[in-house]
Amino acid sequence: MVLYSLTFYLFSSIAVLSALMVISAKNPVHSVLFLILSFVNASGLFVLLGAEFLAMILVVVYVGAVAVLFLFVVMMLDINFVKLREGFLQYLPFGALLGIVLVIELGILFLTDRSSNIYNNQTPLQPIVSEVENTKMIGQILYTEYFYLFQICGIILLVAMIGSITLTLRDKGGVKRQNIDSQNTVDASTAIEKKKVKIGEGI
Amino acid sequence: MNYDILITGLIIVAQILAVVVPVLISVAFLVYAERKVLALIQLRRGPNIVGPFGILQSFADALKLITKENIIPSGSNKIVFILAPIITMVLSLAGWAVIPFSPGWVVSDINVGIMYLFAVSSLGVYGIIMAGWASNSQYPFLGALRSAAQMVSYEVSIGFVIITVLLCVGSLNLSKIVLAQQTVWFAIPLLPMFIIFFISALAETNRLPFDLPEDESTLVAGFFTEYSSASFVLFFLGEYASMILMSSMTVILFLGGWLPPFDVYPLNVVPGVIWFTVKVIFILFLFIWVRGTFPRYRYDQLMRLGWKVFLPFSLFWVVATSGFLVYFDMLPN
Repeated sequence: MVLYSLTFYLFSSIAVLSALMVISAKNPVHSVLFLILSFVNASGLFVLLGAEFLAMILVVVYVGAVAVLFLFVVMMLDINFVKLREGFLQYLPFGALLGIVLVIELGILFLTDRSSNIYNNQTPLQPIVSEVENTKMIGQILYTEYFYLFQICGIILLVAMIGSITLTLRDKGGVKRQNIDSQNTVDASTAIEKKKVKIGEGI
Repeated sequence: MNYDILITGLIIVAQILAVVVPVLISVAFLVYAERKVLALIQLRRGPNIVGPFGILQSFADALKLITKENIIPSGSNKIVFILAPIITMVLSLAGWAVIPFSPGWVVSDINVGIMYLFAVSSLGVYGIIMAGWASNSQYPFLGALRSAAQMVSYEVSIGFVIITVLLCVGSLNLSKIVLAQQTVWFAIPLLPMFIIFFISALAETNRLPFDLPEDESTLVAGFFTEYSSASFVLFFLGEYASMILMSSMTVILFLGGWLPPFDVYPLNVVPGVIWFTVKVIFILFLFIWVRGTFPRYRYDQLMRLGWKVFLPFSLFWVVATSGFLVYFDMLPN
């Protein structure tokens, strides 16, 4: 149990600290790297809760794919942070408003009856041990009860994908493309042409 | 009470060492084997000076590299520069935690073993991107960009291949995946997926013919151009350790892990770990054979193969396999 609490505090403190570093680091690439550290620690917390499938999905999708492309973009862009900081005071009231709204919402959430059960319960959360793997449990609930919502998610993602492809697709003329099939079907009869060249003349 | 924690801790450390030390030693011999096989392919003799048949060559190379000066470029981002090889090395060793070498011979037999392996291998790209960016130099940066795009592309088809296998198994646990192959290895019914997985594994570990991140004829040495001495050794060890990891993953998914080819008398008394090792060595030989035989892909050809050939085909195969399993009522519970 001690070990469990210790690992919980290890993961959560690193997650919070690296989340702080995301917004305070001077170098944007460092920010993204701290974001990745934060993701990894969040997935560690999922493992502690016994939700190993969610933990692995978090690593595969967010850390392994989304954050890679994010890092890719941040490295390529030449972001001038001094210029970004210039408008700090201008945006301060808006940011502060957002922060206050978020704090109030969290406060309401903690004070309502539903969460007060958990809040007053002093025993630490235990991972739920059950015979059925939680991967199977997620599958059983996702494909039965939430089937339509799941399908709608898929359609939304498909629309987003097609949208981004059409936004970036530019069919410029005059681009030479390799046609591998036509290259592979070339043989001597189509590639070589015999011509009699008269002496003193070109082709 | 406190002694319990101490003993558990010591057992965990002993288990980790029991896996990591053989892996590192086999990396040394894999490097030697690669040089010998390549030499035989090219009608040369290969390393033959250090020790009998040159068998200690890798250890001599490692000692030489470690005793050299570690140069950190003055324009580099020092912390990230030093972290990058460490991350590569750690990630290539982390995956071994879930590999079952024989029934019960596994450090951690978790429910989502295959997802864990997939996650760890997809994290491998960070070592390369961080190295390329932190070096603050053109060639490493180009190498890093290439590898980022390449590894993300091939992960997609690896994911579909894994899904196909999981449809036939009904579990994400690696030991259960192996046990599901007792009647027939998945390499036979899922042969096209086996081939796709093997080729994607080549791309995922940045091996020839897909070694564009370290393409020496255009990028000097790619992402580790600026690395020297011990940090270079870490990259080198990391690459070969992840090669062995991907081979073990192939063996577990398609070649029946520790199971003998036929469950008959002289074959089934051989310990499982020996079958596992023999199969891993076979896949590693394929890795080296491919390196000695094929020319390097051009970058657009690589992307075309990943997105236009492997992705649609593996997606089709997932649908076909699940349709087949449902139609003949063969879905595992």
